Amino acid sequence: MEDFSAKFVSQKISKTRWRPVPAAALQPPELFATGSWDNEENKISVWSVGDFGSLGPNGEYQGEPQLLCDIRHHGDVMDMQFFDQERIVAASSTGNVTIFRHHQNNQTLSVNQQWERAHYHVDPDTPFYGGASCTGVICNNPEIVTVGEDGRINLFRADHREAVRTIENADSSTLHAVTFLRTTEILTVNSIGQLKIWDFRQQRNEPSQIFSLTGDRIPLHCVDRHPNQQHIVATGGQDGMLSIWDVRQGSMPVSLLNAHEAEMWEVHFHPSNPDHLFTCSEDGSLWHWDTSTDVSEKPSFFHQGGRSTTLLSHTANQSVISAWLSNNPTKDRMEITNLVPNQTLSVNSLDVLGPCLVCGTDAEAIYVNRHLFA
Amino acid sequence: MEELDVEPPLTLIPGVDSNRKQMCFAWGPGEMLVYETLFPKEHAEKRPGCPNIFIVRKDQDVYSQTLRKLFNESHGIFVGLQRSEEELAGKSRKAQLVRVSKNYRSVIRACMEEMHQLAISTRDPELQCQHSTQVSILSAMELIWNLCEILFVEVVPAGHLLLHLLDWVRLHICDVDSMVREVLSSENPSKHKDFWNAVDIFVLQGRMDDARHLLSKEASANPTSMGMCKILDDLMKKMPILTIGNTQTLTEMELKWQHWHEECQRYLQDGTFASNPHMESICKILLGDENTILEKKELMTTWYHFLVTRLVYSHPTVKPVELRFYAQSSLNLFLGGESSPEPLDSILMAAFEFEIHQVIKECSIALSNWWFVAHLADLLDHCKLLQSHNLYFGSNMREFLLLEYASGLFSHHSLWQLGVDYFDHCPEYGKVYLELHIERIPLNTEQKALKVLRICEQRQMHEQVRSICKIMAMKAVRNNRLGSALSWSIRAKDAAFATLISDRFLKDYCERGSFSDLDLIDNLGPSMLLSDRLTFLGKYREFHRLYGEKRFSEAAKLLLMLMTARIAPCSFWMTLLIDALPLLEQKEVIFSAEQTYELMRCLEDLTAGKTDNQKLQVDDFETTKVEILRLALARNLARAIVKEGTLEGS
Repeated sequence: MEDFSAKFVSQKISKTRWRPVPAAALQPPELFATGSWDNEENKISVWSVGDFGSLGPNGEYQGEPQLLCDIRHHGDVMDMQFFDQERIVAASSTGNVTIFRHHQNNQTLSVNQQWERAHYHVDPDTPFYGGASCTGVICNNPEIVTVGEDGRINLFRADHREAVRTIENADSSTLHAVTFLRTTEILTVNSIGQLKIWDFRQQRNEPSQIFSLTGDRIPLHCVDRHPNQQHIVATGGQDGMLSIWDVRQGSMPVSLLNAHEAEMWEVHFHPSNPDHLFTCSEDGSLWHWDTSTDVSEKPSFFHQGGRSTTLLSHTANQSVISAWLSNNPTKDRMEITNLVPNQTLSVNSLDVLGPCLVCGTDAEAIYVNRHLFA
Repeated sequence: MEELDVEPPLTLIPGVDSNRKQMCFAWGPGEMLVYETLFPKEHAEKRPGCPNIFIVRKDQDVYSQTLRKLFNESHGIFVGLQRSEEELAGKSRKAQLVRVSKNYRSVIRACMEEMHQLAISTRDPELQCQHSTQVSILSAMELIWNLCEILFVEVVPAGHLLLHLLDWVRLHICDVDSMVREVLSSENPSKHKDFWNAVDIFVLQGRMDDARHLLSKEASANPTSMGMCKILDDLMKKMPILTIGNTQTLTEMELKWQHWHEECQRYLQDGTFASNPHMESICKILLGDENTILEKKELMTTWYHFLVTRLVYSHPTVKPVELRFYAQSSLNLFLGGESSPEPLDSILMAAFEFEIHQVIKECSIALSNWWFVAHLADLLDHCKLLQSHNLYFGSNMREFLLLEYASGLFSHHSLWQLGVDYFDHCPEYGKVYLELHIERIPLNTEQKALKVLRICEQRQMHEQVRSICKIMAMKAVRNNRLGSALSWSIRAKDAAFATLISDRFLKDYCERGSFSDLDLIDNLGPSMLLSDRLTFLGKYREFHRLYGEKRFSEAAKLLLMLMTARIAPCSFWMTLLIDALPLLEQKEVIFSAEQTYELMRCLEDLTAGKTDNQKLQVDDFETTKVEILRLALARNLARAIVKEGTLEGS
């Protein structure tokens, strides 16, 4: 907890995202964006944790993030992603999808592009249709995919006014989250515990594959894909369970790990250090799952890696894959730490990049840790 | 009912002339709706009424952006305190409570500083005024809390008590600090017009080292007074003080004090300081001369500063219980009948008199929000100071205040989440309050509904869980999202609603000839057993799947079972029998003779069940269907008998 700097921001935070750093740059991220929910007026805000101004007027270290600019957002911010260095895509509970531009020269935010009612409900009795909450958004420049409570999947392209592709009634229940599996394939999770793969190359409006938890229909709330090994997928469910899936085989998760006591809102593999995984939950905890420990002493589990990895099984990264996919990862090779103890209200969102972690809570606080692996 | 302590404040509703019009109101949980009523009188001229409905909020402070930080941060401390339930005893428990109290105060201070920053950075004079008012309210809160901490939480014994009170005064009377800084930063401090004021302030606040440091400036600048300075300096140095951790007994301390006091007295009487009125008055202060101290009224600014200074130099070993006498006389002396005490004065006075309930009562009246009293009362209750007191309403003072505070939070569109934990720690009425409030949270997204649901499920509030799921299911039905609706009713285990939705699915099937939302229906699993209709829906879909996979005999068996086991509703039997047609017409015999008999019985049951009246209304289409079915059944029966006969014969 000492490594964290906390700031109370007078709004419940629904999303936090680091601004991506240019691929060539080695320095840690300096800017992150937050979105709020449940306020009369919700906001997208951009914060700085950069080194400039980190020394206060009296020379003391000011670790806390500084607000650079904010802009009004219509409806709750349900999801948010950086599209590129200066554009942010936000999903709204009103069904709108908006691209905001962050002008770094004068530190302002402006609306760059908007798809109104990208998600909506059709009332059978009247021609009027109302917006449906857009629950998830993911970007892969220039494409943007959104999913919503209306069970729709939209594929947008920045600078195109209309959706490039819409899959109506893609899901009969609520879609909770979406992520890219490959450039043309996406993964969605829904409120009846299914993980689906959709391939945009196929014209059929059907998922190319459906995975599900056995029988219990526990809703899944979040999904993330292993950054290097695209077949490894992690999802988090309503019961706080972390599931690891191998999308190459089977239709059930490879492992189910008991984790939080309530809804797991987000799960993230560390983008450059994927033997680390982070999850946050409604129960107010933020967990760091570390499978990197004991790797050197335990070469015995390399064999679990499967055919594709055996050739390279001596590099640390490869061994990790087997750690996530091994049948009983908790037993001896996973270290789990709760990063924000004593928090009672939900940790709604987190993001990791380089050595930095940021998370936002319903207690209207944002926490930043800039030395994750110290 | 008890008498009112104060007249209730008057709230004017803008745009409504209460002399000419009547008003009505309706209570809400934390707010009130006010509107004009119109009673049309005959012959009266028709005037346009007021088109507005007003919302009158009880708790304005909840809507302050800065105070939200106070509410959120203190919520964490509050929950921590409740969890720390008396596992520690004696000294460590006390240390823990003091730590909690200090945490609360540091949150108030942080909030105050932020509010202050806002006040000086804003240009809008009205806002600035608002912020400044808030700053002074927060500062008063902290002042009161700090005093309560010293007297009630920490329970400092005689001797050390004054040291704490001195710190308390120093912390809160900071107007003078800027003056001292100015003096010190001037080129020649001893010639500065406020030089002696600065020295006096230090002496009045018991900051001997600072005073001596300043005095040395005078000594070095003015050789003639060097001797005098030396003696005064010596007196200050020798003043006996109890320090924390010192094992000195009170009697020892009093002896030393007496000795030092006599020494000061000697110097004053032999006129050592006669030539310098400043130093003479300082010496008089050291002797605790009330009139001299009172002359420095401007430098002390408040009566409680005067009280503490007076005690430091006349009763250094004052006991907590004796405070009340000195406090009352200090207040009287300080105000000198010129002005009457303000609310803050009476609150502090009540604290000095150890009237805890009076403190809380006065604070409730004077402060504009419940935050302060709720948290203070809770802390004091944990110190076991409030137990004896029972109210003539509700359960006890602590709970009453917490309920009020949490209700205020619940009326806020966003802070309601904090209120939940407060209700949790109100043993008597908390649950009821939570039940009533949580039902009034608007559920605009599923995610919010899930959060509210989680709160209810954790507390076994089944009634509320059902109602939330029902609301969400209804919404989904209205939006034509049958899949979602079914999920919600399964979650609530609401059989009736599941039946209703299953019927919608079946109706849709009958109209369109195909199922929607297959991904859901195919994956019902054990939840299928929630309602008969849902079971039927799942099984019926299974029949279609088997049929699609050309597993005819399994499909036929299932279809028959749906009717014979009475899983299918009667209204659906005709559809099922029609579904049997293609199976009956297959080249291969699928229904056995026995099964065919059963099918026939089903058909007869269906037609016989109808009254003659209904029969008349049956249209030709229906009759044709029955005819076709009978024919198909008969043909199948014939084939089945032949086949079974052949098989047996062979």
